Formats: sequence, C-alpha cells, structure tokens
Amino acid sequence: MELIQQLVNGISLGSIYALIALGYTMVYGIVKLINFAHGDVFMVGSFVGFYSITVLHLPFIVSLILSMAVCAVFGVLIERIAYKPLRNATRIAALITAIGVSLLIEYGFIYVRGAQPEAYPGDVLPEHAIHIFGAKINSQSLLILGVSVALMIILQFIVHKTKIGKAMRAVSFDAEAARLMGINVDRTISATFAIGSALAGAAGVAFGVYYIKIEPLMGVIPGLKAFVAAVLGGIGIIPGAMVGGLLLGVIESLVSAFGYSLWRDGAAFIVLILILIFLPSGLFGKYKREKV
Amino acid sequence: MKKRKLAGILLSLSLSAGVMAGCGAASTGGSGGKETIKVGANLELSGGVASYGQSIAEGLQLGLDELNKKGIDGKKIKLVKVDNKSEAAEATSGSLKLVSQDKVAAVIGAATSTNTLAQVQIAQSNKVPLITPTGTNPEITNKGGKVNDYVFRTCFIDPFQGTVAANFATDKLKTKKAAVFIDSASDYSKGLASAFKSAYKKNGGSIVAEEAYVAKDTDFRATLTRLKAAKPDFIFLPGYYEEVGLIIKQAREIGIEAPFMGGDGWDSPKLVEIAGPKALNNTYITNHYSSGDPDKKIQDFVSAFKKKYKGKSPDAFSALGYDTAYYLADAIKRSGDASPEKIAKALAKTKDLSLVSGKLTLDKNHDPIKSASILEYKDGKQEFNTKINP
Repeated sequence: MELIQQLVNGISLGSIYALIALGYTMVYGIVKLINFAHGDVFMVGSFVGFYSITVLHLPFIVSLILSMAVCAVFGVLIERIAYKPLRNATRIAALITAIGVSLLIEYGFIYVRGAQPEAYPGDVLPEHAIHIFGAKINSQSLLILGVSVALMIILQFIVHKTKIGKAMRAVSFDAEAARLMGINVDRTISATFAIGSALAGAAGVAFGVYYIKIEPLMGVIPGLKAFVAAVLGGIGIIPGAMVGGLLLGVIESLVSAFGYSLWRDGAAFIVLILILIFLPSGLFGKYKREKV
Repeated sequence: MKKRKLAGILLSLSLSAGVMAGCGAASTGGSGGKETIKVGANLELSGGVASYGQSIAEGLQLGLDELNKKGIDGKKIKLVKVDNKSEAAEATSGSLKLVSQDKVAAVIGAATSTNTLAQVQIAQSNKVPLITPTGTNPEITNKGGKVNDYVFRTCFIDPFQGTVAANFATDKLKTKKAAVFIDSASDYSKGLASAFKSAYKKNGGSIVAEEAYVAKDTDFRATLTRLKAAKPDFIFLPGYYEEVGLIIKQAREIGIEAPFMGGDGWDSPKLVEIAGPKALNNTYITNHYSSGDPDKKIQDFVSAFKKKYKGKSPDAFSALGYDTAYYLADAIKRSGDASPEKIAKALAKTKDLSLVSGKLTLDKNHDPIKSASILEYKDGKQEFNTKINP
C-alpha cells in the first residue's frame, strides 16, 4: 500500500520535472546550449500564475494560459538579448552567459519584490481524495498529471505534424543546411525558446497549485533536477525528457520511502553521475563515437 | 552544479567585501552624542522568515516610542536597523557593521537561533551586549558549560518548549506513540526535538518514528507516507512556518489525522495561508504569550499595538520585541553610563522584571525563567488553551 502511495507521489513530482526538462532538451537540441536560466523562467511562470489568480481573479485554466504566454515572450526576450549575439561564440561563453542570466533573473526579481514567499490560495482547484488500493490520491495531483500529459501530446503534435516543427527538426539536424533550404533559422530558434518557456510556465503554475509555497529562488533546485532528468533521458531527445523526468521523480520518492529522505537531492545527482559514466548519451540517446 | 559553485564564489566575494567595509569604517567612526544611545537591530526583515523579523521590529518600535516619550534618565534610544535577509552569513556581516561602524551600545536580534548564533562571536569579542528576542536555542547563551557574558535573550529556551510539549502530549492529549519530524538544518528544531524526546520517554511514551527534512524542501509526501506507516498518535514538528505549513497540508492530504504540535516557529499568519485553516485543526503550539490572555498588562499592550498598526493583532514576536525594548531600557537605567560593558553587567542582574510575556528573572546561564502558553488552532485562529509555569 505504502509503495503505491509512494509511486503516486513520485509520478506527480516527476511530471513537473518532465515539463521543465522538455524546455532544456528542446533548446539543447536546437542550439546546443544548456539554458540554465530555464529554472528561473519556471519561477516567473509560477509568479505570473499566482498574481493572475489572486490579483486578477482569473480561473485556473486562464491563469495557466496567461502564464504560458508571458513565459513564451520572456523566453524569446532572453534568447534575443542574451544568447543571439553569442550564436557563433564558443559554447563555454554561451554557457557562462546562461548562468549570468539565471542569477540576474533571480536577484533582479528579489530586488523588485523582495525575497518573501507567497502562498497559492488553497481553493484554486476542487479537492477530492480518491482511494485506490489503500493509497490516497489527491485530485490535484491527477489534474497536474493530466495537464502535463496533455501538453506533452500537444508538443509531440507540434514537433511532428506542423511546419514549424519540421523546421525545428531540420535546424536541430543541421542549421547551415536548413538555412540553405530557405528556413528562417532565427525565427525557428525563437519559436523553440517560446515553446520551451511556455512549458516551464505551465510547470510553474502546476507547482504552485500542488506545493502552495512559491519564492524567487524556487527555480534553482527543480531547474537542476530537470536538467538531470533531461540528461537521464538523453539530452536533445523529447521523449527522453518525459521519461527522464518521471523516472527521476519516482527515484526520489523511493529514496525517501526507504528512509533516506536527507539523501533525496543527493540521489538525483548520483543518478546524473552514473548516467554520465555508463550511458553518456542517456537512456534514449544513440552513442556516437567521435572520429578523429 | 556550475551554478552552485558560481553562487558560492559570488557569496564569498560579497562577504569579504562586507568585512573589509566594516574594518575601514572602524577606524573613522565617531562616538554618538550623550543624549542619544544608539542601539542596533539585526533582524530578518526580508527572506524566508521575514514575518518574524518584521513582527519583532514593530513591537520593538512601539516599546522604544513609549520609552523615548518619557526618556531613560533624560536620554533617548536611537534604533539602527539592518536586514539580515534571513541568512546566517548576512547576520554576521550585519552585526559587524553595527558594532564597528555604527558603534552601537547593544545589538538586538536575530529572530531565529541560527542567525543569532552567527552573531555570538562578534558580541563576545567586541564586548557589546547582544539580546535575541526570540532565539530559543540553549547554545546561544551557554556553549559547552561556559556562559557567554555578552549574550542575552528575552524568551525561554528550547528544552523548556520541548518539555512542555511532551507533558501536554502525554497528560492532556493522552498519547503514547509519538513521531518526531525535524528540520535537520536548524539548531532550533534539533534543540526542541531532543528535549521533547527525553521528556516524552520519561512520561512513559515511546518514539515510534524519527524523520528529517531540510529547510526549503517542498515535497514531503514520500517521508510523510513513511511516517504514516509507523502509525503515531501524535507528531512533534518543531520547524518554521514555511515548511510546517506545507508538511501539515500534505500530511492531511495523504490521510494523517494525528495531532501535530510545534513551537513558536509556527507562529505566523503565513502558516494559515500555506496549510489552509482546515488542515490546521487539531494542531497545537507552545508559545511565549497569547493575545487572548485576559491579563491586564497583556491587554494594554494589545490595544496600544492595535492603535499604532491599524488594528493588527500582535503575535508573540511583537510581544517579545516590545519586551526586549523594556528589558534593555531597564538595564540601561541601572548601568549608569550606558556603556556596552556596564549594560551587559546590568542585564545579567535582571530580576522580577514585569513584562508582557511574563515576569522575567535571569538564571546563571542568562536564560529567563518564565511561563509558556499553549495555543490551539481552530479554523485558522489561535485559541488560548492553557498557561504552564516553569
């Protein structure tokens, strides 16, 4: 019974990781950049959701969409201002810039509104408890899982069935060749940032509803965990990020379940180290030997 | 991880900058005028436990306003505030600034034990008294059997809160199997828990589970599920409101119905916002005072506070902040020349000083001996349950 409850806990946590991990993986797939500011876009999304629920009194779904829209614009702005000028610079320069952007967003946000936490109102979603095999499943965790799965299906549709999705895949495969074929590479990259950031915004709102407490540094740890999830599944591979996120959530819950709750964060990073040693390209990645 | 490292480097850079700034100013700072006595307040005005610091600052300001109206032997107290952002490193550099740059006669703060412990060394080596209104960890005033001559507090200490909670759990609630869930990063939480455990066992109960979390965690469901399996009939949760709110909410969600109890760390309106009034039913806290206590001194304070802060009801932090102002003023009066060393000597001799949070007498460890109130949450409101004398 306890194990089922723990699996439910892990899947709810994992679906939030998965949503954030998708943004990491999409951006990496297309510009080979680890966007460390992604966790902070998640934080901004959470706060946009909070203010639209408490100040503008919008219902949950509208707040979710508003937050996704704001984050999409925010993500594109970050890309245009911080990353685009470095498109042809070394990868380490872009990576350091990403860290700088992340710190700028975190502490800029604290400077503007202070570091005090906020609490999502408890009545955003109706609360019912469902009992299955002795486990108590909250309706909110089901809804969060539902929202995550729905967004992932929409994402798969965009990537595989639309023109922009085709362009994204082409740019990811070979940006130069794509440009020669008449694809607007800059616009495609912006679209990738927009979609990835919108998913992070959705994850932010889901996190707020599920965990109630939000604060300006809330993006740091989930951001790093989502990065681990993306690497676990194979960075740059979209289904990998989903599976990696869910898997990481379940692993963390099980570590706590066996009484090592203080090791939970450590476990996530041990997984990262093991993956990097034994499966450097992740669960879904193909291992390519580098030719000299 | 790279990010972590970078943050570490930035933090250490800014810290050392703070230290150097303090040194530079030490040589040029002048002494204050004779008519005003400068007192520093190093409080959590922003950050994770900002509501403690702000409550203390409000109570302290009210107390000082009242005292300055009459004057302390013709002198007035001027308050210099620094914000330690709820972080121990900031608390240390803030205290250093107050002592070396502003040349204060005494420092008041911080609200939490961890942030107060971060200032103890500075108070001791500069011989400037440090008074924490609400830092309840025993090590603040007494480390390894040696009393810190320049460190004082207005509140009672952790073992007392933990013991009171254990007695209440066995005598009033008639429980036998307790679980303890602590914040492993907090000295306060560990202090309360160890006192609770020994008192609970002495009363004939057993501790069926012990789990820990780290401050800033947000997901406790996995650990709580494990706690639930141990079937405790009472859960002692000595933490701060940010995590406590989430823990109680998540515990009720997965079906833990047992009563929770904690200390003064729960006392914040944010707790009710985070946990929700319904989840908080059947929970108790030990606290320094209750605004519902019919005592006249308390009711006078409550009405003065409400008048100054637009109808806001003072919590225990405000009460202790207010008491700290009077505690310090009393010592300044008895010190003669209001020098830091004389104030420290006078503080140590405080006896039967009547304050809002009870009659204060210092024991040889600089720890006040005073009463504790037990409050119960009913639909999001704190209700006065009983008062327990030492």
